[in-house]
Amino acid sequence: MAIEIRPREDQPVVTTRPTTEPASARVPTRAPEQAAAARTTKIEARDLNLYYGSFRAVRDVTMDIPANEITAIIGPSGCGKSTFLRSLNRLHELAHGARMEGRLLIDGVDIYERSVDAVDLRRLVGMVFQRPNPFPTMSIYGNVASGLRLGGGPKPADLDEIVERCLTRAALWDEVKDHLGAPGTSLSGGQQQRLCIARALAVDPEVILMDEPASSLDPIATLRIEELMLELRGSYTIVIVTHNMQQASRVSDQTAFFSMGEDRAGYLVEMGQTTTIFTNPREQLTEDYISGRFG
Amino acid sequence: MTTLAPTGRLRGRTTPRRADVVFRSGTRVFGGAVIATLGVVAAVLVVSSVPAWTRFGVDLITQTTWDPVRDVYGALPFIVGTLYASAIALLLATPIGILTAIFLSEFAPRRVAIPLSFTIELLAAIPSVVIGLWGVFVLSPFLRDTVDAWLVATLGWLPFFRGPSYGVGLGAAGVILAIMILPTIVSISREVLSSVPNSQREAMFGLGATRWEVAIKAVLPYARSGVIGAVILGLGRALGETMAVTMVIGNGQDIPVSVFDQAQTIASKIAVTFNEASGGLQTQSLVAIGLILLVMTLLLNVAARLLVSRVQQGPAQ
Repeated sequence: MAIEIRPREDQPVVTTRPTTEPASARVPTRAPEQAAAARTTKIEARDLNLYYGSFRAVRDVTMDIPANEITAIIGPSGCGKSTFLRSLNRLHELAHGARMEGRLLIDGVDIYERSVDAVDLRRLVGMVFQRPNPFPTMSIYGNVASGLRLGGGPKPADLDEIVERCLTRAALWDEVKDHLGAPGTSLSGGQQQRLCIARALAVDPEVILMDEPASSLDPIATLRIEELMLELRGSYTIVIVTHNMQQASRVSDQTAFFSMGEDRAGYLVEMGQTTTIFTNPREQLTEDYISGRFG
Repeated sequence: MTTLAPTGRLRGRTTPRRADVVFRSGTRVFGGAVIATLGVVAAVLVVSSVPAWTRFGVDLITQTTWDPVRDVYGALPFIVGTLYASAIALLLATPIGILTAIFLSEFAPRRVAIPLSFTIELLAAIPSVVIGLWGVFVLSPFLRDTVDAWLVATLGWLPFFRGPSYGVGLGAAGVILAIMILPTIVSISREVLSSVPNSQREAMFGLGATRWEVAIKAVLPYARSGVIGAVILGLGRALGETMAVTMVIGNGQDIPVSVFDQAQTIASKIAVTFNEASGGLQTQSLVAIGLILLVMTLLLNVAARLLVSRVQQGPAQ
């Protein structure tokens, strides 16, 4: 019972990881008394500060992200929401001069602890980026399989099945099943983004980070991505950064509003149920932002 | 506020602007001059070598005897020597060059990468004859006593490594060429690898890839046509390089088999022989093999372009 990364019964996409060790062995286990308290909270940020060199991009963020729901992060440009998102899978630390202070826990485990390997973490916390970025030299099939071909472990025997399942899950299978060998970049922008989602699903993550996943897409493609997010809700903890407040209100359960302080550092203004944030926010700043008075 | 007077302002000009005319004709002249130069060089090579071609025909390419005394000229040993030396150079320089470029663009911190890149590019600035001298006095004896001796002892049963090694020879020429084309391969590959968009790296990192996997599975495939281009440019330089090769390749007249054989490339043969050629058939035959080298280089470039465009189109799997 002390194992914090449980196999979820409600998750249809069950894939074989290329790593031979069980999932639970990748992150140290947590004290049992903490487990009960944090059952429905997937990610906890505690006094999180993120820096690029001497510049503080995110200041003192403390927030709880619930499991298997969609949490939207909104806020004006430059308020650190993308930086915050990228700290959740430790992509932030790859930037030149990047560092962090505070604690970030997933299932109660501090992901910046020395015993946690960023490579393993990123298999648990998948990411979809602002612009669709399929690998241009790989086929559609190869793109979905790319994550499973990492690590040098044995290739899963049911690779074909996994690819089909992930493409189906990403609502792309019917459109591409007859030309799986075509380059990933031959698809339209919206299809490429769904391909990237399928690629992220293939490594069997528990959390999916989406950094403005629809900002480069047309309205119809955007709608399909939103539908897809709602379908994945319940099986995955989804954190989405968006500029688009309508999108946040349409898809998310929880909304966090970030703003930029006078020191140009982003901070969390408030977080709550999406309906509350959009109808009856606590803070005047939130009210001003969602009613379009700034940002 | 004034009203627009269309007739006066829009129809006043009857001649094109002078600067435009000067600029346009200037670019045409210089652009044409470049192509004309290549044409003239090729034409001169063809015209001056006609007597050799009419006398020997294909024998010039397929025969192995180059004998000024009997006035018989066949250049096969030099053609083979050219390809052989270039192949050795490419075999050595390609993996080293690509791995160095990956290190510089993906792994080295900036304070290491910048001085190191600069140093590697300096390698290209060393005069060919200086590298040749170093090859004769340092590299050849070193190879003879260490690498060559070991190769002969362990792989000597293969015809390619049949000894003994005298130091100078094809192998030394190949190593010298590898050193000379390394800056080309490294600097162009590094440039191409650095220009791979970061979103590709992040996509691979996001799937749980190590830095090494990101470099090999995302960055290198994305940049592969440029990297192939870099290798081909290096090969082009290896084929035509003359001075340093002439100094270390020895002076063999037979078709080389072992890497320790002394040989000649087309370029070194021309360089060594041209002064003593007395005009007539020998000079014409030397011009003819110069033409062969030019054609080889052109064909290689065409093939490289085809390869690059084919690679750019389709996915690998």
